[in-house]
Amino acid sequence: MPTYRPGPVSLILAALVALFLLMPLLAVIPVSLTPSRMLTMPTGELSLRHYRSLIEDPRWLDSILLSIRIGVASSALSTVLALTFSLGVWMFQPRFTAALVGFVLLPMVVPPVVSAVTLYFLLTSVSGLTSFFGYDTWLGVAMAHSVMTVPFATVLILVSLSQLDRRIDLAARGLGASVWERATRVIMPNIKFGIVTAALLSFVLSWEEIGVTLFITSVNAITLPRLMWMGLRDNIDPAIAALSVILIVITVLVLAVRSVITRQKASP
Amino acid sequence: MRGTLSDRSGAALLMAPLLIFLVLAYAWPFLGVVKWSFTLPTPGLGQYHALLTDDLVQSVFIRTLRIAAIVTLVSVTAAYAITVVWVRGSTVQRVLAEFCILVPFWISVLTRAFGWVALLSNRGLINTWLQSIGFISEPLTLVRNEFGVIVGMSHFLIPFAVFPLASAMRSLDERVLLAARGLGSSRMRTFWTVFVPMTRSGIIGSAMITFVFSLGFFVTPAILGGGRSVMIAELIYLRIFQSPDWGLGAAISVVLVVFVGALMALLFRYVKPKQLV
Repeated sequence: MPTYRPGPVSLILAALVALFLLMPLLAVIPVSLTPSRMLTMPTGELSLRHYRSLIEDPRWLDSILLSIRIGVASSALSTVLALTFSLGVWMFQPRFTAALVGFVLLPMVVPPVVSAVTLYFLLTSVSGLTSFFGYDTWLGVAMAHSVMTVPFATVLILVSLSQLDRRIDLAARGLGASVWERATRVIMPNIKFGIVTAALLSFVLSWEEIGVTLFITSVNAITLPRLMWMGLRDNIDPAIAALSVILIVITVLVLAVRSVITRQKASP
Repeated sequence: MRGTLSDRSGAALLMAPLLIFLVLAYAWPFLGVVKWSFTLPTPGLGQYHALLTDDLVQSVFIRTLRIAAIVTLVSVTAAYAITVVWVRGSTVQRVLAEFCILVPFWISVLTRAFGWVALLSNRGLINTWLQSIGFISEPLTLVRNEFGVIVGMSHFLIPFAVFPLASAMRSLDERVLLAARGLGSSRMRTFWTVFVPMTRSGIIGSAMITFVFSLGFFVTPAILGGGRSVMIAELIYLRIFQSPDWGLGAAISVVLVVFVGALMALLFRYVKPKQLV
């Protein structure tokens, strides 16, 4: 059967766009190898000093650990909240579901800068009450990140629930299973993949969150993106190039592994 | 009767934690921001009046709309070109296009903005190269201006613009295209008079998403604009942290939300949400 394929003009234009998309990611590689202290192209000799400074400078390590801690906490919170909410929607199909889901998705559609001002208001308001939870604390940042990631987690879990056959739940119900048993022993094992994906996406979104983080941290809770931001705004530090190369390599590896797995699943 | 009662309480019990969390951590503080816009520094509509009369605020609003419009045009056009190959290309072409779309999509906005700094700055890749081949003697100013902002934002938004277009192109009936070709229409003519009109809903959805995203953009303009081409989001940040004027920052936020909400309402009048995914 003949198929409609893109012609030469389409292919050339698409190749130009592809080049545009990859260019800035490739550009950081030579910069990361410069022996200079400043952001320049290496002329002649190459050096790994900026990679070494990532390990030796405690600021980078501290902020990486902090970002991991915040990411794990906020991912756990947003996955649990999204899961219970989605189970409620799917199992009971209450009235006003559309409105309630719409409300939950708000942080995803409201411009991030407005969410940032909102969370800044919240955290500065509660700062007076406690010292460990509020503006510029890691718990405050983790909670704020949960607000931002919970809509994405909810969408993923609702999508995987929508592909689940209702009859298995009806059967469990008919056999006398309680709500708890239906949720934990019938429904959740069948949407494992969706739950894990939601947790991973929440972690990744928190790990790279900068728009909101800028508004709610100052000197204590310096996450990795916040530290990169400081390095980018003031005097550009080539260590950021080294870090960017590492992050890009990790992304490419994860995507490659994922595409191999999905291909294997597709052709058993 | 008892069944429905326990159903209702079960649903409430499961759905309540997230709803309570978002009311306390999002809805309530948003109302607080709205309150700021009416009460700081003095109660009244002063900040909204300032929005309409302040020259700086006005010029930032106009610049934001202009940049958002240009970025939308650039991103949707570029996304269209690569999506055609991602959806309709041969297997190898598809894999390559998918790689070029998804890798940038998953890389953080900071890394991508930094990549553009490395390319475009005075001692960056492009200027170094152009000088070494003797094409220019003085470095070109490619960042810390509107050009850098537009390039960086378009780069960020192209993958987002791809998804609605891809869904429109996938649902298109291939036989119509083959019929047009079979009846003697040239490649160009088939593309412009059959293919493009049939993906209209994707183009609208893609343009709306790009435009709405560009309005609230913060990180890329702040890094690539270098404080010289300030957009709305950066103005809010400056009003809150540099010249503490929380009332004005809050008022701009409220206006931005209302504006984006109106645009979304307009979008959903023309395109069903399902057509966007």
